[in-house]
Amino acid sequence: MKKLHFLEVEGNTKGFYSFLGLFGLISLIGVLAAYYMEHNGHWVTGMSNQVIWGTPHVFAIFLIVAASGALNIASISSVFAKTSYKPLARLSGILAISLLSGGLVVLLLDLGRPDRLIVAMTQFNFVSIFTWNILLYTGFMGIVGIYLWTMMDRPYNNLTKKAGMAAFIWRLILTTGTGSIFGFLIAREAYDSALLAPMFIIMSFSFGLAFFLLFLMGSYKYTQRELGDYIVNRLKNLLGVFVAAVLYFVIIYHVTNLYSADHRGITQFILTSGGIYTFLFWVVQIALGSLVPLALLYGPTGNNRTMVGTASVLIILGGLAQLYVIIIGGQAYPMQLFPGMEVSSSFYDGVVAVYAPSLPEFLLGLGGVGVTLLLATIAIAAMKFLPASLSDEVADPHGK
Amino acid sequence: MTINNENKNNGETASSAESSINLEASRRNFIFGSVAAAGLTVAPGMMLYQTANARSLSDFSLKDGASSKVRWGMLVNTTKEVDWNKCVEACNKEHGLGNEKDSRDDQKTQYIRVVDVKNKGTGYSMSLPVMCQHCENAPCVDVCPTGASMKRADGIVLVDRHRCIGCRYCMMACPYKARSFVHEVLTDQTENTPRGKGCVESCNMCVSRIDNGQEPACVEASEGAIIFGDLNDPETPIAKILAKHGGKQIRADLKLNPGVHYQGI
Repeated sequence: MKKLHFLEVEGNTKGFYSFLGLFGLISLIGVLAAYYMEHNGHWVTGMSNQVIWGTPHVFAIFLIVAASGALNIASISSVFAKTSYKPLARLSGILAISLLSGGLVVLLLDLGRPDRLIVAMTQFNFVSIFTWNILLYTGFMGIVGIYLWTMMDRPYNNLTKKAGMAAFIWRLILTTGTGSIFGFLIAREAYDSALLAPMFIIMSFSFGLAFFLLFLMGSYKYTQRELGDYIVNRLKNLLGVFVAAVLYFVIIYHVTNLYSADHRGITQFILTSGGIYTFLFWVVQIALGSLVPLALLYGPTGNNRTMVGTASVLIILGGLAQLYVIIIGGQAYPMQLFPGMEVSSSFYDGVVAVYAPSLPEFLLGLGGVGVTLLLATIAIAAMKFLPASLSDEVADPHGK
Repeated sequence: MTINNENKNNGETASSAESSINLEASRRNFIFGSVAAAGLTVAPGMMLYQTANARSLSDFSLKDGASSKVRWGMLVNTTKEVDWNKCVEACNKEHGLGNEKDSRDDQKTQYIRVVDVKNKGTGYSMSLPVMCQHCENAPCVDVCPTGASMKRADGIVLVDRHRCIGCRYCMMACPYKARSFVHEVLTDQTENTPRGKGCVESCNMCVSRIDNGQEPACVEASEGAIIFGDLNDPETPIAKILAKHGGKQIRADLKLNPGVHYQGI
C-alpha cells in the first residue's frame, strides 16, 4: 500500500475558474431570486396559507439531511476504524459543512423576515425543536471543524477518534432533530409519526453518500487524479445498502399508516389519488430513485463509472421527490378539523390545496446547491482535503 | 352610575333561552365594567383603582398586566340562527383585514372563517365560526423558535410581531389552520393590529379591546351566539353555562384544551 498524500487542487487554472464561475452564478441567481421574493413578499411564490412550506424547504431539508449523511464516510473511518475510508475522511467533513451551509442559506432566505436572523440567534424557546435545530446546526459546524482540524494538523491526529465520535453522535442527534421538525406535528396526519426521525437518518445516509460519490468522481475526473475501482466499488456497494434501507423505512411508514384508520386517508392520498404526489412517489421516488439505482449499482453495470454516477444522480432526484411528497404532499392533504365529516370554508378547509412551485422558489433552492458546490470547490483548492491519488495501490489496505 | 352586578344575583338556569339571558347579564356586567373603567381611568390603559369584588372585564385592564387567575374564553352556540359572516366582517373591520392587493385568495389573511360541516352518513349539517382556539397547550407556542408565538398569562395566544421571523412553523403546527402569513407589503393598518409583510398572524381575541374593557368584535357582532368571559371564574355566565350544559372543543382528542368552546357540534 502506497503512502497517502493529500494535495490542494490547483486553483489557477481555466477549468477551476469555470467551475467557480458556474457555481458562483447559480448561487448568485439563488440570492437574487430570494431578494425578489423578499422584496415583493411571498405572494409571488406558489406558497400560501395552505401550503406553507414550499420548494425552498424541499431543497433546504435535502441539503441539511445530506450534510449529516456526507459525514458518514469520515465516521466509518474514525469511529469504526475502517482504514480504507481514511483517505476520504477529510472530503467527507468539508462536504458535510458545505451541504449544511447551502441548506441553511436557503432556509434563512425563505424566512418572512430574514433580516431578523439576529432574533433567531439570540431569542430561544427551548421547548421548540426548531430552536434545538438552530443549536444543532451551529454545533455541527463547530464540531466538524474541530474534527477536520484534528485530521489535518498532525500533532492533533491522536484526537481524531474522539472528535470523530463526537461528530458522529452529534450528526445522529442532528438528523433526529431534522426529522422531528415534522415528527412533532401532531396536527398533520402525514407527519404524526415517530418513524420520521429514524427514516430521516437513513435518508441522510443515502442522499449524503450519493452526493459524496458524485463530488468525488467529478473532482477526480476534472483534476485528472487517479480514482481506483477499490474505493468506488466499496462506496457504491454501501450506497446500494442505504437505498434499500430507505426503501424499507418507506414501506414500513406507509404500511403502519395504512393499518391505523386515522392515518389511512393521507396514505391513500399519497399512494393512489394524490395526482402529482402519487406520480412523484411511484415514478420518481420508488422507480427512478430507488429501484433503478439498485439495479444499476448491483447489476452488471456496477463497474461502470457512468452508471454509478447515473445511479447517484437518480438517488438525489428520488430524494428530492421523496421530500417533496413528504413536505408538500403532507400539507396539500387537508387537515381533519372534524374527522369523518365533510367540511368546507372560505379558507380551503376540506379540500386538497393547490401548489405549483414558482420559478424564484426553484432558483432559490438550486442556489443552495450552488452555495454548497462553491464552498466545497473553494475548500479543496485552499486546503489539503483531497488525496493526490486514490488509486487502488493507495486506497486498498490489502493491495500491493 | 349604579353599580349592580346582576350576574351574581340572578339564579337563572342556563338553557338555550337562558343562555341569552345570561349573556345579557354578562353584557351588563361587561358594560358596567367598561363604564367603571372609563370613570376610573386617568389615561388610556391606566387605572387609578379598581372595584372591590366584581370580576368584570375592566378588572383585568392593563394596570397589572394579564393575570393568570383569568382564563379568557369563548362559547359559541352553533344552534342559533345567526349569520356568522357578520362575525367575520366585524373581525375584518376591527383588525383591518382584507386589504391585500396582490395576494391570491389562498394567500389572504383570515382570522375567523365560517366552516360548513356535513355528516355524510346522516346528512346533518351545520355552520360554525372557527378562529384561533387559544389553546392551553398551544402547539404554535411550543414550536416557535424565538418565542414570538406566545400565550399571555390570561390564556390569550398572540404573535409578537417584533420577534416573529416568519418561519411559519407555527402554521405547520396549528391543528385548526387558524394562522395566516402576510404575503405582501401592507399599508393603512389599524392602530391596534400592527400587521406587516413576512410575519404570521391570527385571531388575538381582540386583546386590545379586552385590555380596554371591551368584548371581542366577533362576540359583539354575534347577536348573542358567542359568549365571552373568564372560564376560571365560576360566577361568569360562560362558566355557568359550561358547568351546567357542557360544551365541546374542536379536536378535543388532541388534548390542547382550547379556550374556545362550542355547543351544538
